[in-house]
Parts: sequence; C-alpha cells; structure tokens
Amino acid sequence: MLRIVEKSTLPRALRLAVVIRGLRTLGVAVVAGTCLCAGAIAAPPKGGAANLAMIGEPQTLDPMSSTADLVGTIMQHVYELLYTYDANSNVVPMLAESMPAVSRDGLVYTIPLRKGVKFHNGKEMTSADVVASLQRWMDMAPRGKAVAKEIKSLEAKGPNTIVITLNRPYAPLVAHLALSNGFAAIMAKDSIATPLTQFIGTGPYMFKERRPDQYVQLVRFDGYSARSEPASGYGGKREALLDELRFIPVPNANTRVEGALSGQYHFADVLPVESYARLESAANVKPVLTAPFGFPYLVLNTKQGPLANVALRRAVQASLSNADMLGAGFGDPKFYSADANHYAKNTPFYSTAGTESYGKGDAKRAAAMVAAAKYDGAPIKILTSQQYDFHYRMALVMAENLKAAGFKVDMQVVDWSTLIQRRNDPALWDIYITHSAVLPEPTLTPPQLGDGAPGWWSSPAKDAALAAFNAEADPKKRAALWGNVQAVVFAEVPYIRVGNFNSVTARAAKLDGYVAMPWPFFWNTGLQK
Amino acid sequence: MAIVMLIVATLVFFITRLAPGDPAAVMLGEQATAADIATLRASYGLDKPLPVQFAYWLGELARGNLGQSIFLQRPVTQALAERAEPTFFLTLFALGIAMLIGVPLGIVAAVWRGRWVDQAFSGFAMLGASVPSFWLGLILMQIFAVGLGWFPVAGYGDPGVPLADRLRHLVLPAIVLGVVNSALILRFTRASMLDVLGEDHIRTARAKGVTERRVVLHHALRNALIPVVTVLGLTFALLIGGAIVTETVFGLPGIGNLVVSAVLRRDYPVIQGALLVIAGLYVLINLLIDLLYLAIDPRVKY
Repeated sequence: MLRIVEKSTLPRALRLAVVIRGLRTLGVAVVAGTCLCAGAIAAPPKGGAANLAMIGEPQTLDPMSSTADLVGTIMQHVYELLYTYDANSNVVPMLAESMPAVSRDGLVYTIPLRKGVKFHNGKEMTSADVVASLQRWMDMAPRGKAVAKEIKSLEAKGPNTIVITLNRPYAPLVAHLALSNGFAAIMAKDSIATPLTQFIGTGPYMFKERRPDQYVQLVRFDGYSARSEPASGYGGKREALLDELRFIPVPNANTRVEGALSGQYHFADVLPVESYARLESAANVKPVLTAPFGFPYLVLNTKQGPLANVALRRAVQASLSNADMLGAGFGDPKFYSADANHYAKNTPFYSTAGTESYGKGDAKRAAAMVAAAKYDGAPIKILTSQQYDFHYRMALVMAENLKAAGFKVDMQVVDWSTLIQRRNDPALWDIYITHSAVLPEPTLTPPQLGDGAPGWWSSPAKDAALAAFNAEADPKKRAALWGNVQAVVFAEVPYIRVGNFNSVTARAAKLDGYVAMPWPFFWNTGLQK
Repeated sequence: MAIVMLIVATLVFFITRLAPGDPAAVMLGEQATAADIATLRASYGLDKPLPVQFAYWLGELARGNLGQSIFLQRPVTQALAERAEPTFFLTLFALGIAMLIGVPLGIVAAVWRGRWVDQAFSGFAMLGASVPSFWLGLILMQIFAVGLGWFPVAGYGDPGVPLADRLRHLVLPAIVLGVVNSALILRFTRASMLDVLGEDHIRTARAKGVTERRVVLHHALRNALIPVVTVLGLTFALLIGGAIVTETVFGLPGIGNLVVSAVLRRDYPVIQGALLVIAGLYVLINLLIDLLYLAIDPRVKY
C-alpha cells in the first residue's frame, strides 16, 4: 500500500483538524458536531492558478500513445477512464456507473455507463464514444494492444452500456481500464483522430494551450459531471477548485527545488532526495514523501549472450548486493527499502515466494555458481544511462559485485535515447537498468511479464504461472497465484527487482487539499489566499 | 554563402543520423513494443534509406520548409519562431552587461597596466572565465530569487503576461551570461588597448599636449575596437546559438533549450533546422562584423 509522509509543523489542534480532513478524504465518515474541531475545517478555496513544475516537456498530449508518466499525469485532468483506483488501490467506477457485471464463465463484461456526463464540447457521453475510444486504445496504445489480444468483441448495447467479450478469462481487464498511464481515455467520438488535434474529454479540466518548453495550460470545465461518492485516491468526487493548472517543464531538478522554495511553483515533482532537509525546514513548503513510489530493476538478456544461460543469470542474482545498490542510488534509507517481495506486506499481492534468492552480495556462492555454469569469460555488457543518476550509481555497484563473482564486465554508459534503442537489439547488451512506478496490478509492469519486451523472456513456467494468474478472478486466490509468478521470476531471473524507492515532491503550504499519489493530480485542490 | 549553407546542411543531416537513438522509442515510452516503434518510425519516414530522407529534406529546404517536428508536432520554423523572443532579448541583455563590464574594465586595466587595478580586473577576468555558469546561476537564484524575492526563479512568465513581465525573467540569466562573457571581452579590450597605446600616433598625440582622457578614448580606443567588435560579434552569435546551460538552469524556452531537448529526443527535423538557422546567423553576423569594420576604420577596404 502506498504510504504518504508529510512533515507537519502545524499546532496540535490544527493537526487534529487536518487529520479529520484526511479521514474524510479517505472516505471515513466524520459526523458533524461530534468534534468541536470539525467546525474549524475550511473547504479548500475556489479560484486561482497553480504553477506545477514538472520534470520536462510531455512527449505528447495523446494519453494513449505514450506510457510516459508525465503524459498520464497531465492528461488525467482532461480525460477520464471507465474505472480508476481509490486510495487503497481498489478499482472503483469513474465514467462507468458501477463495477462490471461479469458472466459466470468470466468471458462477458457488461459495463453500465453514467448518464448525463458531458464532454468539453457540450455533448453527452454515450456508448458510441466509449466504444470508439476503447477501439482506438486497442488499435494504437501499447497497453491497449496487449489487452486487444484477449478481446473477442467490443460493442455498444444501447446508449448507456457496453459489452466486452473475451477469448478466455482475463482478470486484469478492469485493472487495465483503470490505469491512467498509456490509458484507455474516453474521448468524444468526433474528436478522435491520429494524431489527435483536439483534446475533448470529460475531465474536470479542459485543455487550453500548449507552448512547448513553457507550459501546458488547462482551465476548469464548468460543465463537469462529478461522482457523488467521497473522494478517495483517484476515485470519487472530483471538483476543479483552481481556475487554471499550468504544467511547466523544468528539467533541472535544482531549479524545481529553488522554485518551490521561492513560492514560484506551488508544486514541484520528483526532487533530489538531498533537497528533503531544506524543504523540511522551509515554512512555505511541505516536502511529500511517496513510499514506495517505484522500483529499479535490471533486465537480463535471456535470448542471446552469456546470460541466455539461466545458471549464469542465477549467479548474477546471487552476486548482487541489492541493499548496497539501493544505498548508492538513493543515499539515506529513508528514501528506499531493500524489499525482496514484489508487493508490500499490507497489499493483496504480498508474497515471500522465491525471496530466499534475493541478492545479498554473496560473492563466494556466486563465484561457485559461475564456475559450475562453465562461464566462458565473455564480458557482461551493462547498458546504463546518466539521465537518471541513480541508474548510473547503481550500475557502478553492480559492476563491482559482478567482478567479485568472477564475471568480466563491459560497462556502456549511453544517453537514454540510445539505451532505449539499443535494448531492442539482443546482440548489444546483457543487462540494462531501468525503473518503473509501483502499479496496483502486478501484470501491468514490468513489460517483461508480457510478450516481446527486451529481454525476450519466454518459458513454459512463465506461461503456466501467468495463465493461471490472469484467468483467476477471485482476489483471494489471485494473491497466492501471484506468489507462483514471483517464484518463477526468482528462479528464471528474467529481471531483478532491486527493491523499492520513494519519491520526494514538494507542495506549497498554501496548496490546500492536495492528496499525494504516484501520478499527482490537482482536482479537489485549492490555493489559500 | 549558399555553398557554406549546403555544406552545413549536409554535415548536420548526416552527423545527426550517425548518433544512435530513436525518436519513436522516446515518444512511445517504456511499454512500447518493437512493432509499435517500427510503425511510428514508418509514419515519419524514418524507415526509408538515408539518401532518400536527405533528398526529401533538401527538396523541402529549397522550398523554405525546415520540416515538421516529430516531437512537438508543429513546423520547425514555428518552433524556432516561438523561441526567438527569449533568446534574442537574453542575448541582447547579456551582451549589454558583458560590454558594460568588459570594455571599461579592459580600458582601465590597460591604462593602469601592472598596477593593482589591472591585477584586480585581470583576476576578475580569470574568475569570470572559470566560474561554471550553472553554479553562478544557482547562487544568484538562491540570493535574489529565493532569499530576497526580487526576481522569479525560472521560466518565462505566466500565460498572457505583458512583455515587461516576461523580460523580468531574463535579468538573472542575463547577469550570469554577462559576467561569464565579460571576461573574454575584458581581456581582448585590454590586450588591444595595450597594443595601440604603444604606437607612435599615441606618443605624438601626447607630445601635442592632447589630454590623457582624449588620447585614451579617442585616439586609442577607436583603433583598438576592431578585435573587440569581432569578439562582441562572435559572442552575440554564440549566445543566439544557444546559451544552453543557462537556459536549462533557468528553464527558459529559448533556442539553446530547444536544441538540447531535440538532441535528447532525437527530434531530427528540429536539430537539423535549428543548427541550419544558427549556422546561417553565424554567417550573417560575420558579414555584419566585416561591414562594421568599414565604419570603425576608414583604412579598411573590401
């Protein structure tokens, strides 16, 4: 489960009020009048414009065509999904009226749509818009294409219902429809084009202007149709309190820090962990620690080169000191955790299956494994980039761990564009380092759990474990089945999940109502005067 | 000039393509498959052989079309035009500051050669040339933007703000660039003035009883200006071409920032178009400098 830590400098009584507001946000009922403090709680004010410093210019504004976090973060304000995630990572309806009715055989999903939902062009959303949007998603979005293989048909049943029929039971379907990354955005049918030239969604904010390298400007949509449930995570009632959101590309992380401290930016995304103490001591800024935010992972080439040999991949896994790598990458343990299990203890998919193989830097054992695997001395080509400096620092530790186990290492430091091109050629690398956000459904990331991703992991054990997991709809049974998938990952080592890392962001103290989530959003958020 | 530009165009096109990396992979993100990337590449014509792509690009160039940005999905000329304003004003301010610091200090250092002022100014020049602009930028930002709140930290103003407010955002970056570039101007002015101050006509002027002020500012400075103007012109061209680090630190949407982003994204049309325009400006500024020589020194003939 996601943990958000904010240092509080408020007086105790006010802190209590904030806690109560937090409980409200989480959907916990607070009866009016039962607490004297409740009367002191002011709703976030309406009006104003927020300057939001982001890590760069979005690759595109088409929410389907890119899985970059930045694109989803911005466009989730413009476009909405049929479903979304609440604060506890449960799937909850958004544009769908309710959760889908699933046939007994798990093949037919009937999804009722909300009535009276308006697009930014004033037209009402119907099943025709939803079918056209999902069809586009399945035709062009990397995530949609993967889901399309499971779908036999997609059709409208009247103006307010759609029916999805599957080829075989596929439990992650609704999780895919709820994810706001490379997402199944519902668009006005007459605005659908490739490339998109109009951005007509149903979200609380409308697209106004994009000036590349300056800002993406969104303005409040007064005709927004909000849900009635209390806000929770991305779910429930959404209200555009701010008149305007300005997503400003600020690629230099130190500039984002200084901008937040000076009050120029009301929110600054992805800040260096070194800035946490400065942010903590400033009165006008609140540092926000999202834990866990993501996980660094190493992809191993299972198709070609020395690591096509599974015994050598296991030796690599044994040789690595994941804790040292995380320490090099993130410094203070406050900002990372060396977790072997892929999901945390209090989440539905927690499992310890296979975790005894989690690397603790056992060079002696790894060296014996290298010798037993008849390693021929071919250098292990490590592909890394300095675009994310923690990748590079972790790669340095990895290289030393591998050398200590008897591997020869060829470290190739390239820029990120080169890395993501070269990783498609199995002749050019043996290990590359990357990272992903922690997503609530295990099969959504990393892409190596699917077919054809770099690393080209394919095995009967993988297919069997994933088929059983994907076919099971019962959440309790899925947890155990995920453990089987995790055990196969540890046994076959197609990738090594190093651990978890936390993200540091900053918000202005006067940005009220902000609820930290991995993809930050700014509905239900206001600026105190 | 046309031949120079053709050579530049050819070099820019092929050097850009020599670098590994793929704009389609950058655009599509982590989850994209090789097939998705190939489809996007084909839609931008990047799957065609290089000579075919080059011939097409040259053809469009001849019609005045610099191409379409892959990443920004707008014409390269429009992307450049949008960034011209901050870059132009930043260059102007920075050059003004550099000139105001470099030329007078250079003259003073030359006139009082070997004295403590000369050593102090020469030391300043060394310091100015050695200070990294990103460091100076962050220091000024912390003092004047975060500490005193006199200037904005970064960016180029909120949507729709008047020009004066946008220009306020350029003060700190212009000081950084001005200080860093003043060092070179100071040294050139000093060296050139020292040469001229040792010439016969200066001795004659002094012997005629011309005031020292007139000797320095009229007889020496005018003759010393040619190398200084050359440096000023080249600095101007350099800044127009991209005050890359400063623009990045201060989040300015200028041409330098555009080029860096385009290189990181492998947005070939933008890299090619921007470098071609920058090269054209270099050639033009050099031409203007040559013409300026005529005005400064009547002895120069072309």
